[in-house]
Amino acid sequence: MKFRFTRLLAITAVAASTALTGSLAAAQEQYLPLLSYRVGPYAAGGSGFFGGMIDYFNLVNANGGINGVKLSWEECETEYNASRGVECYERLKSKNGGASVVEPLGTGIAYGILDRVATDKIPMTTLGYGRSDAANGAVFPYVYPLITSYWSQAAGMIKYLGDKAGGMDKLKGKKIVHLYHDSAFGKEPLPVLEAYEKSLGFTLIKIPVPHPGNEQNSQWLQIRQANPDYVILWGWGVMNAVAVKTAARVGFPREKMLGVWWAGSEEDTIPAGDAAKGYSTMTFNTPGNYPVIDDIRKKVYGAGKGNLSDKDRIGSVYHMRGITAGIIWVEAMRNAQAKYGKGKVMTGEQVRWGLENLNIDETRQKALGVLNMFPTIKTSCQDHEGSGATKVQVWDGKAWKAVTPSWVMGDRAMIQKMVAESSAKYAAEKKITAACAAG
Amino acid sequence: MEIFLRFLEVLISGLLSGVMYSLVALGFVLIYKASGVFNFAQGAMVFFAALTTVGVTEKFGVPLWVAIPIAIVIMALLGLAIEKFVLRPLVNQPDITLFMATIGLTFFIEGLAQLVWGSTVRPLELGIPDVPIEWLLDKAGMFISFFDLVAAGICAVLVTALVLLFNKTKIGRALRAVADDHQAALSVGIPLHHVWGIVWAVAGFIALVAGLLWGSRNGVQFALTFVALKALPVLILGGFTSVPGAIVGGLIIGATEKLAEVYIGPLVGGGIEGWFPYVLALLFLLVRPEGLFGEKIIRRI
Repeated sequence: MKFRFTRLLAITAVAASTALTGSLAAAQEQYLPLLSYRVGPYAAGGSGFFGGMIDYFNLVNANGGINGVKLSWEECETEYNASRGVECYERLKSKNGGASVVEPLGTGIAYGILDRVATDKIPMTTLGYGRSDAANGAVFPYVYPLITSYWSQAAGMIKYLGDKAGGMDKLKGKKIVHLYHDSAFGKEPLPVLEAYEKSLGFTLIKIPVPHPGNEQNSQWLQIRQANPDYVILWGWGVMNAVAVKTAARVGFPREKMLGVWWAGSEEDTIPAGDAAKGYSTMTFNTPGNYPVIDDIRKKVYGAGKGNLSDKDRIGSVYHMRGITAGIIWVEAMRNAQAKYGKGKVMTGEQVRWGLENLNIDETRQKALGVLNMFPTIKTSCQDHEGSGATKVQVWDGKAWKAVTPSWVMGDRAMIQKMVAESSAKYAAEKKITAACAAG
Repeated sequence: MEIFLRFLEVLISGLLSGVMYSLVALGFVLIYKASGVFNFAQGAMVFFAALTTVGVTEKFGVPLWVAIPIAIVIMALLGLAIEKFVLRPLVNQPDITLFMATIGLTFFIEGLAQLVWGSTVRPLELGIPDVPIEWLLDKAGMFISFFDLVAAGICAVLVTALVLLFNKTKIGRALRAVADDHQAALSVGIPLHHVWGIVWAVAGFIALVAGLLWGSRNGVQFALTFVALKALPVLILGGFTSVPGAIVGGLIIGATEKLAEVYIGPLVGGGIEGWFPYVLALLFLLVRPEGLFGEKIIRRI
């Protein structure tokens, strides 16, 4: 009995001291809410991406944090569902002293919290998705469609197809099918593709695929009938593997298919088997191994803190994309600390400044062990995208390989004009006075 | 001639897609026919079955032909467990209660599958080539996959076996009696729990067959649960209580949705095959609520 009492006392004392240490530690930590998804139809993408982010945060912590400030985070399962995403955002935003940055990894959720983040002064990154016109920071000060928006990607696609054809003028008279997920996501690049159709003189054939896209016989029979020169696959989830397999079933060459970057992961090609060989997609990560990934293997997975249960997924497309997002967040916080105080926990507004003044050039990339893993990024109030560059990768049957050695850039001037027009329209609708934030 | 061949190709492709829908619909029919329950969890069972098969091959390093019998046993056990822990306590409750229970089951099975086997997308290679049959391609220029023909053959075998089970065996008579009236069946000594156990176990097997074929084509992933949505209009059209109805309904839905998408779709912006079968089913409900082959219910008032 006495032994039990002593043990109970000891446990209580340990628990109390742990709680105390925890709360003291929490005061030194930069809290990050993660609106992740690890179950449901898009779990493969979510688990890889958020796994990559968390692995990078653990690496930063293992190296002593950002100027001594350790990172802490809490996940909330959104299942890629917009209403759940909004609920998760509301639940997490005020915890642990308040959120300083958020990344929903879903266009629906991003639209759902678009106005809220501005009100709450919490910047939102949408890495490679979301509203393309949010690149205008004067209208969207808290939204960052970083690296490359859908519009820039669509422009990059046409540039690549033009180069492949032997010059942009050679696209005249060609037929390009836009096979897309019948949703806001699938329709987002249409203004760019339609503008190019007019200026370059090719025929754009738009074929929607109803959600979730697990059956596409009729779409591919139409494609075969149209006999296009290229098919742009703007898909997500099960739609991608089904498209590739159905293309093989109707005898359409995969070499003529070019996917959006959400259609370019191992999860899209492995289920399609041999049918995926020769299939290309856009990407903003150059496939390969990098010192940062080796570090994660050694310091994070070596210490048993790795987030992915399947170690074969380390360095996969989604994992690398998550690491990239993690790097951008950390660099924004480091940037903010340089201005507002090293070794301090940053607020949402301060991290916003950090995001708006990012400069991840080749020197910085090299220092981080990610040289050429993603394009160099330089943001400003006028350019929340910070790059606009893309790359093309091809599935060789076992892994993704880069096709274009250097980064591909579409018609930047055209995209910037479209961003300005569309964001001005949004500002008028919402009665926003476009102005760059002070600081 | 070319126009006719194209029409024929769309039609055949639609019919073969319909067979794949029928495979899923069969699981619904079986449970409805034997217990009067609309099993909302059938799609989740398809996902669970396919994921279990690939999960067993990965975890224990066994070949597919070993994993499939293991998955059959697991699906049978799952069916028996559902009967014992979910349906048995709900005997004689209103149909809507049983239906709600199957909605709960759906989320439980989906969660359980991902908890046990994880949520990554997996390939499933059955060894059936999913490429156009060269002979047809050479002679008629039509792209018909060998895989689709195998799926049709499997479906035909399943339907024949189920029709024989329902109409020619003692257990089949018991199943039909239970479906008509739980209480009356119990009163004449039909072992209700035994019958339900068998039905859920067989439905688990059908889910496995559907899961393997759909999983082989699309990859084994959560989206397999959505194939149930393709089966609903098939059931409305064919009738919830008819095994041949599930096949005929599947063929009609498959063919009309493909023809509609190819010939009407481009005129209205495309993407109509997601809802077109439901419109067709709705129209059908107005004319023949019990479906093509469903039992006409006559009640004394």
